[in-house]
Amino acid sequence: MAVCVAVIAKENYPLYIRSVPTQNELKFHYTVHTSLDVVEEKVSAVGKALPDQRELYLGLLYPTEDYKVYGYVTNSKVKFVIVVDSSNTSLRDNEIRSMFRKLHSSFTDVMCNPFYNPGDTIQSKSFDSIVSAMMVQSS
Amino acid sequence: MESLTLSDVEQKYYSDLFVYCDVDNTKKVASNGKVLDLFRAAQLSNDVVLQITELCGATRLGHFGRSQFYIALKLIALAQSGLPLRVESLNSVKDLPLPRFVVGKNEQESRHTAMYPDTENQGPYSSVIPRPPGRVPAKKLSTHEVIQPCVSAPDTTSPVVSPHQSPPTSPHAWRKHKRQASGGAVDRPPAVAGAAWPPFREAQPGTHSGDGMWASHSPPPVQESWVSFTDTPPSSTLPAVHPSSAQESTTVRTVASAATTNEIQRQASGYEDPWKITDEQRQYYINQFKTIQPDLTGFIPGSAAKEFFTKSKLPILELSHIWELSDFDKDGALTLDEFCAAFHLVVARKNGYDLPEKLPESLMPKLIDLDDSSAPEVGFSSSPVEVTPNKSPSMPSLNQNWPELNQSNEDTAIVHPVPIRMTPSKIHMQEMELKRTASDHTHPTSPLMAKPPELSEEKKLAAIKFPGSTVGDGYSSSDSFTSDQEPISSAVTRQRSHSGTSPEGLKAVAPPPPPPRPHASHSRSSSLDMNRNFTAVAAGGVWFTSPQQMPEQPNFADFSQFQVFAVEQPVDDGDTHASSGPLCSVQVEKGVDAAGAVRATKNDTQAEERTPATVNSAKGSTPLAPPPKPVRRRLKSEDELRPDVEDHPQKSSVVPGVLATQASIPRSIGKDKKAIQASIRRNKETNTVLARLNSELQQQLKDLLEERISLEVQLEQLRPFSHL
Repeated sequence: MAVCVAVIAKENYPLYIRSVPTQNELKFHYTVHTSLDVVEEKVSAVGKALPDQRELYLGLLYPTEDYKVYGYVTNSKVKFVIVVDSSNTSLRDNEIRSMFRKLHSSFTDVMCNPFYNPGDTIQSKSFDSIVSAMMVQSS
Repeated sequence: MESLTLSDVEQKYYSDLFVYCDVDNTKKVASNGKVLDLFRAAQLSNDVVLQITELCGATRLGHFGRSQFYIALKLIALAQSGLPLRVESLNSVKDLPLPRFVVGKNEQESRHTAMYPDTENQGPYSSVIPRPPGRVPAKKLSTHEVIQPCVSAPDTTSPVVSPHQSPPTSPHAWRKHKRQASGGAVDRPPAVAGAAWPPFREAQPGTHSGDGMWASHSPPPVQESWVSFTDTPPSSTLPAVHPSSAQESTTVRTVASAATTNEIQRQASGYEDPWKITDEQRQYYINQFKTIQPDLTGFIPGSAAKEFFTKSKLPILELSHIWELSDFDKDGALTLDEFCAAFHLVVARKNGYDLPEKLPESLMPKLIDLDDSSAPEVGFSSSPVEVTPNKSPSMPSLNQNWPELNQSNEDTAIVHPVPIRMTPSKIHMQEMELKRTASDHTHPTSPLMAKPPELSEEKKLAAIKFPGSTVGDGYSSSDSFTSDQEPISSAVTRQRSHSGTSPEGLKAVAPPPPPPRPHASHSRSSSLDMNRNFTAVAAGGVWFTSPQQMPEQPNFADFSQFQVFAVEQPVDDGDTHASSGPLCSVQVEKGVDAAGAVRATKNDTQAEERTPATVNSAKGSTPLAPPPKPVRRRLKSEDELRPDVEDHPQKSSVVPGVLATQASIPRSIGKDKKAIQASIRRNKETNTVLARLNSELQQQLKDLLEERISLEVQLEQLRPFSHL
């Protein structure tokens, strides 16, 4: 049910960002950018604990009147951000988690590709298709 | 409808035609319109066409199924060769030329007839326009889709080509496509080979012709391209498929023109599936695989594959896509099948074919590879697995741990669980306890079961076969293709069962150490006997000894010697008991005598009990040597009477001794599984016995305390009298 999906690298630049095109994409880009602060905050709060104990799923980062932003961070500090429309009947936490899991899985596949240099933008078609499935599912 | 036998060529040709007519992509029915167009293009009279339609059964069915279509085509061939149309003649006529469909261009006619399996026909090929993969720009056309499956593969044969262009009434879209194709052709000469091509191309700008020709042409370029691909990796031969490099590639292709027969064969085979790899191609791929990875069942790691395919000069994006398609199990490494698929795709791409969105079925690696890949791969080269945070590197490593662990656990030699009956029968209790105490046993659950009762006393024991338990667990987990311990892979929802917790759980459990090896004479029955004896003795002997010994706490040590040296006993007892009064002394003496008698018997029985060493082990005394027997006896009596301070140090001192003996025992057991199990059983029996003994002793202790209290009361009552 995402309206926007973004993958942010460790250095906080986007590796992949995609929105439902009907909306103003710039707005989503901005939202994702601001959500990074919240992510950092959450990560640093828990970060004192061992990485093993750190939960990957960050949960709802912050809600606005229009949408909610969920975050997920991997152990390599790659962040996934999903923006969901609030008007959608609120998705259960599990669904969001499963979406992140799928994202993570396909991100892993992209990483496995020896032709992918970490730090490049993600141009994998399979990754695109998975993201599209997540986004189409919503709208 | 009689069955139709077709030669290979015919099969291909008809299949192509069918696909061509299968506008709706149903793969089952050719649209009537197209079919009729096609038939008309065969330059037969309408009557004949109708007759054919009837004969093939299409009128009956109302549509052209594949078989009907094929029969119709055969009939057309018959008709074209002037033979009467008969159903019987379908199979009987040999060497029937393939049906020809006229487009309106003479060249095409000659082309098709020339193109067919004439192995000597290299000429027509070169003269044929390889309608270049101008499809690439043209692929947006929907009609293009129709052709796509037919022509998208290097292996497609020329027959595909001609019929498609033949119908003069080809839809408008076709023409548009052709225009684009021709436009594309200009852009993409790379797929075109030979100087003859450009002029040819120009000759038919607006025609449908050449359309499929290029498809046929692909095999030769493919083959040549291979050669160049490998021989001169970096620089020369295969420039990227770009217009700029057209000339170079054309020269390359013309150079390697030696492979004509192979091309045709390649065309011939695998016609049905455009992406199929021919045997020769496969052999070539296998050879290439060998250069990177000599073991054909091994993997090519991602980095090596990357280097290899980068030589093909395809853009990284495309290589990345090819990798995504071909790395079927997503492990960051290529098996032989995956490698062949990837190579095939690269070759196809180099020849201008578009990469499919999904891996074609013929390129899919056999699923059995998955099983192989999950097993420890001998060929898994040591090259870095940096790109793979996922399961399979960890899987081989996990698997590879097993052999080492297994070898290290030669003593244990058990990986899979042994069923244990948990019923509380006496014997089985003993068995189980014995089993639990056996450190040899690597049953994953048994250590857990054994843990509570055993851990306390056996923690100190040596010979932890703990890796065995992890092995057992890892075994099951690997079977289920489980993830490694990384949280990333554990988070992945792919076919991974998560058993990461169990190894850790087992790690916490110290497997029970083996109990002391009992005498060879030890058997379950004897232990039972021993128990019986013991209880009998305990019932009888304790009472006798207790009255006298109760008050003599401080003399306990003496008393213990008393037991050993029966002669001295009365004296000692007498001395020690004198202070407690005549009554007591009388009692003591009596008790002593009785105790002596009882003790003698008890000692005998205890001696018997010694032999089943289970009790011995429980008592913590070495079961083997007679000299310790007195010690044991003393301990026993002490236990019976009351635990004493000395008892404790003795016991504690003995316990390490027992532990030592126990520890040393399993070595002698040997690798024999049966022997191990037998010993396990015995140990369990011992344990049961010991537990029972313990409980009995506790009970006796309680009783004795009561006795003591009652005696003291009596004493108190009596004492005043004694004073008097």
